[in-house]
Amino acid sequence: MKIVIINYGAGNIQSIKFAIQRLGYEAILSNDPEEIKAADKIIFPGVGEASSAMHKLRDSGLDRLIPKLEQPVLGICLGMQLMCNYTEEGNTEGLGIFDVSVVRFDNQVKVPQIGWNQIESLASPLFDGILENEHIYLVHSYYAPVTKDTVAKTHYGITYSTALQKDNFYGTQFHPEKSSVVGEKILKNFLKL
Amino acid sequence: MLTKRIIPCLDIKNGRTVKGVNFVDLRDAGDPVELADAYSKAGADELVFLDISATEERRKTLAALVLKVAEKVNIPFTVGGGISSIEDVDVLLQNGADKVSINSSAVKNPQLINDLVGKFGSQCITVAIDAKQIDGKWIVHLVGGKVPTELDLFDWAKEVEKRGAGEILFTSMDHDGTKDGFANEALSILSEELNIPIIASGGAGNVQHFVDTFKKGKADAALAASVFHFKEIEIKNLKKNLQDNKIPVRL
Repeated sequence: MKIVIINYGAGNIQSIKFAIQRLGYEAILSNDPEEIKAADKIIFPGVGEASSAMHKLRDSGLDRLIPKLEQPVLGICLGMQLMCNYTEEGNTEGLGIFDVSVVRFDNQVKVPQIGWNQIESLASPLFDGILENEHIYLVHSYYAPVTKDTVAKTHYGITYSTALQKDNFYGTQFHPEKSSVVGEKILKNFLKL
Repeated sequence: MLTKRIIPCLDIKNGRTVKGVNFVDLRDAGDPVELADAYSKAGADELVFLDISATEERRKTLAALVLKVAEKVNIPFTVGGGISSIEDVDVLLQNGADKVSINSSAVKNPQLINDLVGKFGSQCITVAIDAKQIDGKWIVHLVGGKVPTELDLFDWAKEVEKRGAGEILFTSMDHDGTKDGFANEALSILSEELNIPIIASGGAGNVQHFVDTFKKGKADAALAASVFHFKEIEIKNLKKNLQDNKIPVRL
């Protein structure tokens, strides 16, 4: 199986590569459109600030490639947010895969949310064998509201989407690569799709 | 519900853990990677590595260690100690650290916080603050609490938040090493006046101290070293106790 982690200069991709390694697979890091198109599974990571990450995607032409991919694609954290229509962070237009706009938590809660929260209303093969209310690791200031593509929800002041899915596109707001055995199971489910 | 985090802190010198550690089932308790793995399996929510090396090769040794930890450990970890530039942070994050913690370098050059946040995002920049009370006022200290500054803890913490830091690790030098409990009064003021997560550090001696720092201190996370290293407190048992006290934890 050929696994590609899209490497566009946005953040900590080493951890995802290692997590895949611990599951017994090898992933390659690439920003080459041909290599990405030829992959069986694609991971679209991202940490940092949305507008500068989106700039990097545009500079490499990946903003046009990613929405056209037909194999399973998993966006993680900012990766997931950039797959949405729009994010308030840096007033940034996204890839438009998920029909929802990402907004900032209001100050009723501490921002960023950092730590382990629970996922519920699980409705995707990503969560095969995962129990409702399992804990996953999150660190973020912006969130995707609940929408028709929501396949996992979490409460933090409000109830929002911690996972989205539409056709072959999957997104998790949490970091499966940092979510202990639960995260490894979710990552494995993705690789087995 | 977002849970309260329990964070063991490992002091690192020249790539090895410093404090004597009483993990009988480990082949090499001086190996930070093995210790980190043991803590993650024991239920730690996060780890902090504090590098106290003073050698010329320290940056290289630390970067190599971070890579080895990232390869093995499936929970988040923060790296601190002697970090003073964008380049320092870049290497550590590239090698798999989730967050970095800066302390003295932020006091000496507060703009560093803005620069790091601009480049890497708030979510991975923790500012550590060491403080102790002098004539009833909480004063920020440097060099492990030896050198007082002119900064008031609460003013500095607010500035740190305004400059974009993602969280604050507050160590009370008056409580550190005493095993008499955390500085809950100061912690609760920080937690109420700021809108970013606060990690309590310094003073952990028993389970009740953790209950108190979450309830009275309103901390979002609690960090400790020796009580975990010497197995005076088992993390699983601690978390069960916290749960019995209606404090949300990941079990």
